Amino acid sequence: MSNWYMLTVVGRDRPGIVSQVTLAIYKGGGNLGEASMVRLGGNFSIMLMVHYEGTAELLEKLISPVGDKLHLHIHIVSIKGALHQRLEPDVRISIYGADRAGIVAETTGVLVEAGLNILNLESDVGGSPTNPIYIMEIDGAARNGVDSIRLALDSVAKGKNIKISVTPINTLMG
Amino acid sequence: MAILDILVYPDPRLAQISSPVEKFNDELLSFIFDLEETMRAGPPSVGIAAPQVGHFERIILVDVSSKPKIPNHGRLTLINPNILCKQGSMVGREGCLSVPEYTGNVSRAEKITLQALNKEGKSLNYNMEGFEARAVQHEIDHLDGLLFLDRLVSRRSSLFIRKVYK
Ligand SMILES: [Zn+2]
Repeated sequence: MSNWYMLTVVGRDRPGIVSQVTLAIYKGGGNLGEASMVRLGGNFSIMLMVHYEGTAELLEKLISPVGDKLHLHIHIVSIKGALHQRLEPDVRISIYGADRAGIVAETTGVLVEAGLNILNLESDVGGSPTNPIYIMEIDGAARNGVDSIRLALDSVAKGKNIKISVTPINTLMG
Repeated sequence: MAILDILVYPDPRLAQISSPVEKFNDELLSFIFDLEETMRAGPPSVGIAAPQVGHFERIILVDVSSKPKIPNHGRLTLINPNILCKQGSMVGREGCLSVPEYTGNVSRAEKITLQALNKEGKSLNYNMEGFEARAVQHEIDHLDGLLFLDRLVSRRSSLFIRKVYK
């Protein structure tokens, strides 16, 4: 058994969530691996890899007092994973445009077909309610190379008022 | 000829500041040979700095010629390197032989003018850009006891955008 758990915490954002959750884990003998936190529209979410010798039930008991106090949804699953299994992105794609509410669905579908593993995606709406600007950034691993991603996106952009940039991510090792 | 051991964080020697090379002799040449052999033997890398193998002199090797379509000066031995001028900045992803299993985003100057001595002690100037300039800045940091971990910017920050498609 790997003893790694994936802990997901979701709730209304308020000060002190990360510190109280991680303190409860630490005091109970757990250790953190990778973690990623996002705050969206006044809501908070964090995914944490936790290494813990006990069962999922025991881990839940450690955290539930904090969860109850701060009104958080807590979800725990045992995972097979270990550290250092994340894929490294080799391409970043930035897309923006006016009037394209379907931009995320449209482009991600094409990207997946062109061999992209999407590793990180963020999208946002700027501009004003009458003139919205849709903005999206994706980091991914291009299984069939960056050129096939470019080709696929060229066809998406054709005739539309959107701008797409494709930048290879060349990780420097030195 | 030897493959040297690479110091790995948290070895405190990685924070040591290296001294300028003063003697250009056979001993220096043989060290540079070993340093290059060490770089080629390890995981694929585009540079190495002498302090990474516990040798605290200002010597770096850089070679980005294996990367396709990147402007470069080939295989470089840079001794007592000195950046005369920096221009622009761009964020890119870096890893390090001395920091296994982690990569992060770092902001570096986009273009540099570099002065350095070669193996014979002759002073040369280089204008570098992009990936090669980044590699040189990464390696010079090692000479000053710094790691890319000291310069991390957010994982989510935007990379420099080179090409725009319409
Ligand atoms: Zn390094």
